[in-house]
Amino acid sequence: MTTLPQSTRAKLGLVIDLDTCVGCHACVISCKGWNTENYGAPLSDLDAYGAEPEGTFLNRVHSFEVTRDSAAPMVVHFPKSCLHCDNAPCVTVCPTGASYKRSEDGIVLVNESACIGCGLCAWACPYGAREMDSAEKVMKKCTLCVDRIYNENLPEEDREPACVRTCPAGARHFGDLGDPESAVSKLVAERGGMDLMPEQGTKPVNKYLPPRPRDTLATPDLASLCDPAPEAASGFLGWLDRTLERL
Amino acid sequence: MHPAPSLILFTVLSGAGFGLLVWLGLGLRAPTGLAAFVLFGLGYGLAGAGLLASVFHLGHPERALLAFTQWRTSWLSREAVLASATLLVMAPNAAASSFAATPLPIFGWLGASLALATILATAMIYTQIRAVPRWHHWSTPPVFLLAALAGGALLANRTGIATALLVALGLAMFAHWVMGDRQFARAGSSTGSATGLGALGRTRLLEPPHSGQNYLLREMVHVVGRKHAFKLRLFALGLGAVLPALILLLPASYFTIATALLMHLTGLLAQRWLFFAEAEHVLGLYYGKR
Repeated sequence: MTTLPQSTRAKLGLVIDLDTCVGCHACVISCKGWNTENYGAPLSDLDAYGAEPEGTFLNRVHSFEVTRDSAAPMVVHFPKSCLHCDNAPCVTVCPTGASYKRSEDGIVLVNESACIGCGLCAWACPYGAREMDSAEKVMKKCTLCVDRIYNENLPEEDREPACVRTCPAGARHFGDLGDPESAVSKLVAERGGMDLMPEQGTKPVNKYLPPRPRDTLATPDLASLCDPAPEAASGFLGWLDRTLERL
Repeated sequence: MHPAPSLILFTVLSGAGFGLLVWLGLGLRAPTGLAAFVLFGLGYGLAGAGLLASVFHLGHPERALLAFTQWRTSWLSREAVLASATLLVMAPNAAASSFAATPLPIFGWLGASLALATILATAMIYTQIRAVPRWHHWSTPPVFLLAALAGGALLANRTGIATALLVALGLAMFAHWVMGDRQFARAGSSTGSATGLGALGRTRLLEPPHSGQNYLLREMVHVVGRKHAFKLRLFALGLGAVLPALILLLPASYFTIATALLMHLTGLLAQRWLFFAEAEHVLGLYYGKR
């Protein structure tokens, strides 16, 4: 059913720390690995060893530069995957009922055997979280590793999304954002976790933690240090300069 | 957005087909016999060809029947239901008009309302998408409705109504362009809001996630071809609305109406191409492209 649930019993999601992310793309690779070998159609690659390789990914890391007026510019690595929105526009546009949001934990999923590959859900998503697989012709998206988090065949420490499990910097956190007492909710409250594109009205579950304020140096006027010859030299150099100029 | 030829052809042709069925169903000057057979055949042909083209555009056409199930929330599903209902409900009227020379107005009127609703559903598929600010505006459905009704009136040889509708279509296209140009800024999405980093300073993409292509960029970030937008707008406005309206003022003949129809459809193809090519998806902000 493509009607969104009124409320969900839990709001499972990710909290991504933009302060800690080092941009190593390990989450991208572990996501591709797990989701190619497990639930649903594999994530295909096209022209993998050719001149124009491309493929289906559920998680990608962009890097942004922030130019600030009163401080040095900053580079922020920015991993992006499905935000499992409460008001998911991708679900309601689906004509077949293949897209749905689970009422038990809020995960947005695609039933691949009902997907006709029309691509309308990818158009409806402002974040670019859904990609049509070119080989299978069905829509692929982050499942929040639904086949790991409840999987009792895995050791307990592995029962979290592959991207979270693999992150070497500890920049990714997984938990119930609907429970104000959960570790992730406390983290969001403490660090001022934010929504992406709140103006789109999607009410994303995943939150992003902004970079922490950095130490600021009393920066000298760096430009003047770069100037090789001061305009008006004084003393002996000044006398030499003026004399040579007059010759 | 990527201007897919299949979608452009589908929306133009099946729009004109359903527009023709609206006028035939209303039956103000109901054709009977051979004329009815040809006109209803044209309406069914255009509408059906468009629907068939859209089915083959799918990744899994064999599951297309599932698209009739989610009419509660999905405009695409509603379009499928309404389009099929139109063709079914109109059938008794079409058959009776063609073979027994007795139009069945009840089926005609019901079919005409369904055809009108189908055109509206097509427009709403685009209008509902908030992530494409240019489309997410009240000025989108009038363009689709007036284009379909004007094309239908030309096909049905209703010159008076067609002239009025072509003028209205010209105004609707103009309004859609002028107001659409402001929509992206009005939606308020920027690289700053997309990353949440806007409060810290000016944000720009430093490195894309990969050097190659991907599905998202191909489907939703179309930056080439927009540079001729102004010329194409003039072309669409001139051929799609103004010139056919002027030609219809000449003494009516099959030649004038056929010329007007061809011009209108050519102009409409340009309008539809621009409708996709000019529309910017907010996702482009993550790739430093719009």
